[in-house]
Amino acid sequence: MAGSAARLFRSLVVPVALLLVWEGISLAGWVTPLILPSPTAVAARWWAYLTPMEPFEATAGPWWRWALSGELPSDVFTSLMRIAVGFAIGAGLALPLGLLMGARPLVHELFNPLLQVLRPIPPIAYIPLAILWFGLGNPPAFFLISLGAFFPVLMNTIAGVRAVDAIYLRAARNLGAGEWTLFWRVMIPAAMPYILTGIRVGVGVAFIVVIVAEMIAVNTGLGYRILEAREYFWSDKVIAGMITIGLCGLGIDLGMSRLTGRLLRWHRGVEG
Amino acid sequence: MSAATEPAIRARGVRKVFASGGREVVALDGIDLDVAPGEFVCLLGPSGCGKSTLLNAIAGFSLPSSGQLTALGRPVTGPGPERAMVFQEYALFPWMTVERNVAFGLEIAGAAPERRRQVVEALLLKLGLADFRDRFPKDLSGGMRQRVAIARVLAIDSPMLLMDEPFGALDALTRRSLQDELLRIWAELEKTVVFVTHGIEESIYLADRVVVMTYRPGTVKRIVPVNLPRPRDPASPEFNALKREVTALVMEEQARHQADEASPTAD
Ligand SMILES: Nc1ncnc2c1ncn2[C@@H]1O[C@H](COP(=O)(O)OP(=O)(O)O)[C@@H](O)[C@H]1O
Ligand SMILES: [Mg+2]
Repeated sequence: MAGSAARLFRSLVVPVALLLVWEGISLAGWVTPLILPSPTAVAARWWAYLTPMEPFEATAGPWWRWALSGELPSDVFTSLMRIAVGFAIGAGLALPLGLLMGARPLVHELFNPLLQVLRPIPPIAYIPLAILWFGLGNPPAFFLISLGAFFPVLMNTIAGVRAVDAIYLRAARNLGAGEWTLFWRVMIPAAMPYILTGIRVGVGVAFIVVIVAEMIAVNTGLGYRILEAREYFWSDKVIAGMITIGLCGLGIDLGMSRLTGRLLRWHRGVEG
Repeated sequence: MSAATEPAIRARGVRKVFASGGREVVALDGIDLDVAPGEFVCLLGPSGCGKSTLLNAIAGFSLPSSGQLTALGRPVTGPGPERAMVFQEYALFPWMTVERNVAFGLEIAGAAPERRRQVVEALLLKLGLADFRDRFPKDLSGGMRQRVAIARVLAIDSPMLLMDEPFGALDALTRRSLQDELLRIWAELEKTVVFVTHGIEESIYLADRVVVMTYRPGTVKRIVPVNLPRPRDPASPEFNALKREVTALVMEEQARHQADEASPTAD
């Protein structure tokens, strides 16, 4: 117990010290709040951003809907929804293509040159094209996010299928497996560590891309909100938004690593 | 011709040539061998003499370059569940629990769930795996893994077991207990077993006949029948007489192997 308390203390020393210095600088008036608002101002703004704007009225609906009616919950929901849809499209295309390219050399030969040319183009570079093609709103955001998720999932799936140890295929064939069984019951699970790595990277890229897309192509979501706050010179809200983005990223990453740990219980080097 | 008189495996003039790095390696040449149904045969020889190549040919993973090879009366054209293989590296599916590994062959054959459950249950008990059913292979010792691998092929009730140095990676005590277990299963279920090993004592302990192979090309050097009652006592004079005889045969080939290793220009 004493050990874990000490560890908690050590892990808090640097952040707390930094906050104190920051607050001190603000209190001393060395920088204008416009450039660097104080931590307490950011916290107050974050709270206002989080909580509902209207007072609670029992007639308007259940209390939880009221509790989530603030700007922040709705921004978070919007951004996460865009990630989910964009990722589902990108990964939904990358996964079958990657499995086919990994398993069938002919498919690999057909698609690989094109993909090698497209892969180094950062998804951000597609923004002008995305707006020309899809206008403003959700469609260009979905397009950009799915592009961001596509390549990590594709590349890792190909590598995963190619890395499947031939001995598993031999063993399965020997036990009477046909091509279909081999594919679903052996190839895919054996490639799963790679596939999940691709998914994790792909979600990370999707998260970056959603913020950028919201800064440019739409007027809702976390990315839009911090850009909007800058236009009003609300630097405390900019930082409050950034912190929210950081917390979302952390949440996504924790969720992914729990999912990975759960799905790869069987794998060496992964703690269940 | 009835199934009882027909050999379980028949090899006639089996030859296998590998092209490796621009030159040809004759791994097997002129192999003639009959294995009777229910017989326990060991393939013995120094490493590199073609034991795995012959076993893989019987399993259908890698077909002979020429010659005839039939199993259960049919020419071997590919792998099949009637020639079940136990690999030295176990080859268990690491993403499946012990129970799922054992059930795999029955599942893909479409066996009814109730029968599947019964067969798997009986095998887990028979091989002492009941307490490990929910473990993943990574959490098992080598001996346990090989038990799972054996249960997995027994589940599909193959008439033939092909085993490639299955106990080679195990410590001596575990190996002996698995050898005894295998003999018990073999006697009970009347399987035909082709067992590859480079262990002289292991081959005499297990086999009805020991097929001693030559090194490069791999041919049948001599077939030594082991007419000792089971369970065999490795300390008995009869066992040791046989062991001396077989050792002499293997040493000749081992010497050729070493000469080969010492002079890279020889091949
Ligand atoms: N896929 C292969 N390609 C080239 N040479 C091979 C291949 N498989 C086996 N060989 C060669 O064939 C010979 C017999 O190998 P193998 O059957 O594995 O021997 P053993 O199992 O008795 O140790 C060896 O000289 C080996 O180098
Ligand atoms: Mg071998």
